[in-house]
Amino acid sequence: MRYAMAIDTKKCVGCSDCVVACQTENNVPIGYCRDWIVESTDGTYPQLELELRSERCNHCKNSPCVRCCPTGASHYEQGGIVMVDHEECIGCGACIASCPYDARYPHPDGYVDKCTFCQHRLLSGLKPACVSVCPTKCLYFGDLDDPNSDVSKILKKRKWKRLIPEAGTDPQLYFLI
Amino acid sequence: MKEEIIISGRMNHLVDPQLNIWHWQIPLYLFVGGLAAGILFFTALSVVSKKENEYTASVKYAPFAVPFLLIIGLSALFIDLNHKLYFWRLYTEIRIQSPMSWGAWVLMLVTPISFIWCALNIKTIFPKWNWKYKILFDTEKFFLKYKMALAWIMLISSVILGIYTGILFSAFNARPLWNTSILGPLFLASGMSGGAAVIIFLAKSHAERRYFTKIDLWVIGIELFLITHMFMGFLASSQVQIDAAALFLGGEYTAPFWIFVVLLGMVIPAFLDILELRGYRVPALIPMILVLTGSIAFRFIIAYAGQASRYLY
Repeated sequence: MRYAMAIDTKKCVGCSDCVVACQTENNVPIGYCRDWIVESTDGTYPQLELELRSERCNHCKNSPCVRCCPTGASHYEQGGIVMVDHEECIGCGACIASCPYDARYPHPDGYVDKCTFCQHRLLSGLKPACVSVCPTKCLYFGDLDDPNSDVSKILKKRKWKRLIPEAGTDPQLYFLI
Repeated sequence: MKEEIIISGRMNHLVDPQLNIWHWQIPLYLFVGGLAAGILFFTALSVVSKKENEYTASVKYAPFAVPFLLIIGLSALFIDLNHKLYFWRLYTEIRIQSPMSWGAWVLMLVTPISFIWCALNIKTIFPKWNWKYKILFDTEKFFLKYKMALAWIMLISSVILGIYTGILFSAFNARPLWNTSILGPLFLASGMSGGAAVIIFLAKSHAERRYFTKIDLWVIGIELFLITHMFMGFLASSQVQIDAAALFLGGEYTAPFWIFVVLLGMVIPAFLDILELRGYRVPALIPMILVLTGSIAFRFIIAYAGQASRYLY
């Protein structure tokens, strides 16, 4: 099993519903976020292109955060989800410094926190909170090993890119372009 | 002109707008760790090369600074942890791929060794020292018997400790400035230069002072060689590393790096070393202060500049 998420940059309107849903579902402390919206404008004036991306932890296959963790608090779980065990995390910050996406943050309670793909919801057969609330249905989630999953089907149909592939982390967020 | 504007809605404390997760504690820890490694290396080197009675400052006096340095470093590391009550988790696992795990375990080895070495030489400082209890006398006798083996362990573990202080940074490919394997040997050389400077300051015999001045000169030469290669590597690499190098080549860290680290911490001490070797009497306090200032500035600048360098996407 290999969980992954596809984000349709053509359908995302940057409403931040995914951000609020995540904060509510996961009791994210005020002022912090596990997912966020990026607006990227590039090109040569007047030929400019705007891209909206809902970003979060990339749950990389070759995660530098798992590698550098001195206690094993950062680890892989079923489906390749990268998790942090709060009872094992010493809050040294090494994983935060190691993430090229800056997807982790120090939780005010001391441990390091990040997106979990809403693992608790997956175990109950639900989709991650961000996916289930998205008003434009631009987030696709599922198992890449299952050819009938939403994410497998959309990745077959559409062109996609991943962020900073040159960092060698094998990220599992796919941005549809 | 092709332009790219990225606006992120993320504003996590200590992560945005620029990573600021490691403050004064980590560079201080790396500085004292490197200095301790440098001193212990030369202590062990004098013993294994059978110069124990000739080079007394390196064998019998300088090592007394090491336990204090390590205590300061470990305290700084502890203060840096955000989840302090769980610090003991560092010692429930050995994680080969994690430099921080390596560091924790190497310190677990080096710290008691440094205490044992000081205990074996305590009579140099306190001639009337008496261990009082038989078990302490027996322990002293045991370690004196295996002094040479202890020196070899010290020699190897101090090199690992010294290199680790650089590898801790260089293992992070997310921070292009840190992501160079040269940082390991460079921080080792910097720690050794600091160790040699402390020994020169403490040395009473002319022979010892001269020997370590020569070593210091060589080590500073190696540091300058490694720094040159580090920048050559950056400038021949990908755009993110070219941008990282630019922080020191016209960017915001240019003046502090070239003035405090290179000029005051390396070039001037090397010049003073040459004067010393040519027979001029240079007060040893001056090169020691310069080398140590350069060494600590080096850790701080690399720690902060590294957090400022990142991938843009």
